[in-house]
Amino acid sequence: MIPLFQQIGAAAALPEIVLAILAMILLMEGVFSKSITPGAIRVAAIAAFIVVAGMIVWKSGTGTVTAFGGAFVADPFARFMKVLALLGSAIALAMSGRFLARTKMDSNEYPVLIMLATVGMLIMISANDLITLYMGLEMQSLALYVVAAINRDSAKSSEAGLKYFILGSLSSGMLLYGASLVYGLTGHTGFTDIGTALAVSGSNLGIIFGIVFIIAGLAFKVSAVPFHMWTPDVYEGAPSPVTAFFAAAPKIAAIALFCRVMVGPFSAISHDWQQIVVFVSIASMVLGAFAAIGQTNIKRLLAYSSIANMGFALVGLAAGSVEGIQGVIVYMLIYLVTTLGVFACVIAMRRKGVYVENISDLSGLARNNKGHAFVLAMLMFSLTGIPPLAGFFGKYFVFLAAIHSGLFALAVIGVLASVVGAYYYLRIIKIMYFDAPAEAFDQTDTEVNWVIYAAGAFALLFAIFAQPLLQLAAGAAASLY
Amino acid sequence: MAITFFFYLFSLAAIASAMLVITARNPVHSVLFLILCFFNAAGLFVLLGAEFLAMILVVVYVGAVAVLFLFVVMMLDVDFVELREGFLDYLPIGGVIGLILLVEMILLVGTWAIAPDLIAHTSTPTVGDISNTQAIGQVLYTKYVFFFQMAGLILLIAMIGAIVLTMRHKPNVKRQVIADQVARGPATAVEIKNVESGEGLQ
Repeated sequence: MIPLFQQIGAAAALPEIVLAILAMILLMEGVFSKSITPGAIRVAAIAAFIVVAGMIVWKSGTGTVTAFGGAFVADPFARFMKVLALLGSAIALAMSGRFLARTKMDSNEYPVLIMLATVGMLIMISANDLITLYMGLEMQSLALYVVAAINRDSAKSSEAGLKYFILGSLSSGMLLYGASLVYGLTGHTGFTDIGTALAVSGSNLGIIFGIVFIIAGLAFKVSAVPFHMWTPDVYEGAPSPVTAFFAAAPKIAAIALFCRVMVGPFSAISHDWQQIVVFVSIASMVLGAFAAIGQTNIKRLLAYSSIANMGFALVGLAAGSVEGIQGVIVYMLIYLVTTLGVFACVIAMRRKGVYVENISDLSGLARNNKGHAFVLAMLMFSLTGIPPLAGFFGKYFVFLAAIHSGLFALAVIGVLASVVGAYYYLRIIKIMYFDAPAEAFDQTDTEVNWVIYAAGAFALLFAIFAQPLLQLAAGAAASLY
Repeated sequence: MAITFFFYLFSLAAIASAMLVITARNPVHSVLFLILCFFNAAGLFVLLGAEFLAMILVVVYVGAVAVLFLFVVMMLDVDFVELREGFLDYLPIGGVIGLILLVEMILLVGTWAIAPDLIAHTSTPTVGDISNTQAIGQVLYTKYVFFFQMAGLILLIAMIGAIVLTMRHKPNVKRQVIADQVARGPATAVEIKNVESGEGLQ
């Protein structure tokens, strides 16, 4: 079997192939086996994620390997981001189980769709060709449209799915238009070939046109301003575990793809796209900071928070240096864990068997559940960027890279936006600690509790074990250049 | 000469039928004109030497998409006439805006200096003397096997999604089970009763 893979040049893509095949096996099991339950499929899917992550770490070789004639690349950057994406998917899936069972949305296909979406993400992260880029993106998005609308009896969930689908199709169209311009002007779809062609010919109006459209499509996927409009509605309408999934793994994949497209084929004309990324980044940070202030629904607030976070991550990309990419990787790692922790707290908001999602429902949490209140407070401090916590380091590295690249205005605006953002993060802490306590929440499920405390421990102790992670991120970033 | 004739024939027919698609009162007529438009576009593709694309256009757009449109138009009770009320009233103002845009574009493109060696900078694949279909067949399952398989996976996801979002298990629906019907014998299907004369069935 392995020689066959090597013959068609697919060895580097083995993890993706294994995950896709496992997803199809589980799909068939779910359809034909009478005795299998959604819970069993979910556990099997989580196991598959862990196995594939192990394969990526230990079995997919070292250095940069390509597959399928250069359309697919596995380098340290891809490996790092893939493990993050798989981790995000596995944890989001683990948290979803009892929520979906309680709200009668559980189905055999849900874990399978999450798996197939993750296959799409892995392909996006490894994309080294415009066609791979588009197809990976579409594979991930199609599965996401479906899981957004998985609660089909709820008007809000259906609206979320439909809105996401229509706007997503529009952004795919823009991305394709940009890709066709780039193909037409360089004559290649492979990133390496495009890079070589552009290094010779330099930039011209048509290429810039193409890059703008490609960035528009990618900005939609990372929910960066001005293509963020769908985010709050989709986050609010989709069931909470689905939202947790949306906020975690797909963002990792989209940011990884964004970095790879920008510094890969278009590195020769980086001054052309840099200003666009700077604009998108500033707009996201500022809008995320100001629009979140008036929110009453915690999921909408987190949607704006994720828009702002994407803005901060793009600061690192705008720097356009190895250091900047390292900053993006570290930022996304911290963002992933923090977001999953915060969403675990949201999933734990259940009163008399009904899931609630207003910020006011958190009032007085500190008196009912000291542990959760403390962890959520730490995660909020981390998102704000208070020093010893994880979030500070994420922001520190991206801003440092921006300053080293001479983007002072960007760094200053970013810090100011971060101060504005502190207001709504701190408001949640104030509501939890100083407001009159509301009725206590129900007993939290074990796996959700685990995620909450693990994320809290990560945020608190990141400074201690940061060194090896930073080195890994540096190696990953260097492989992109 | 013949090619020029056919080019103008197909183009004119395509434009005329496209116009009729949006002006026809009866939506079924619109769809039929759409089919005519597709056929003419396929003819243009043949003139360009893209015979595979032409055939795919007919098979996919006429065979599947247009038929689907016909189904939708016939099954949904949408009053298209009411929806399009006043649509043509906007033609003059729309035409003026279009004309202004056209003039602007001509002015812009007219001053646009195209690099003299543009063809050298852009590369299109040289086909040689094999047909389109053969050329696609040679690379589809070899060079592009990855993309082909991915497209298959994307279609699978679309199918799963459509089923997940629309199928409902209704427990109280009686379904026809052919095997059960066939397996019925006299023992299960017929009940023999002795009816007393003058009593009737209970």
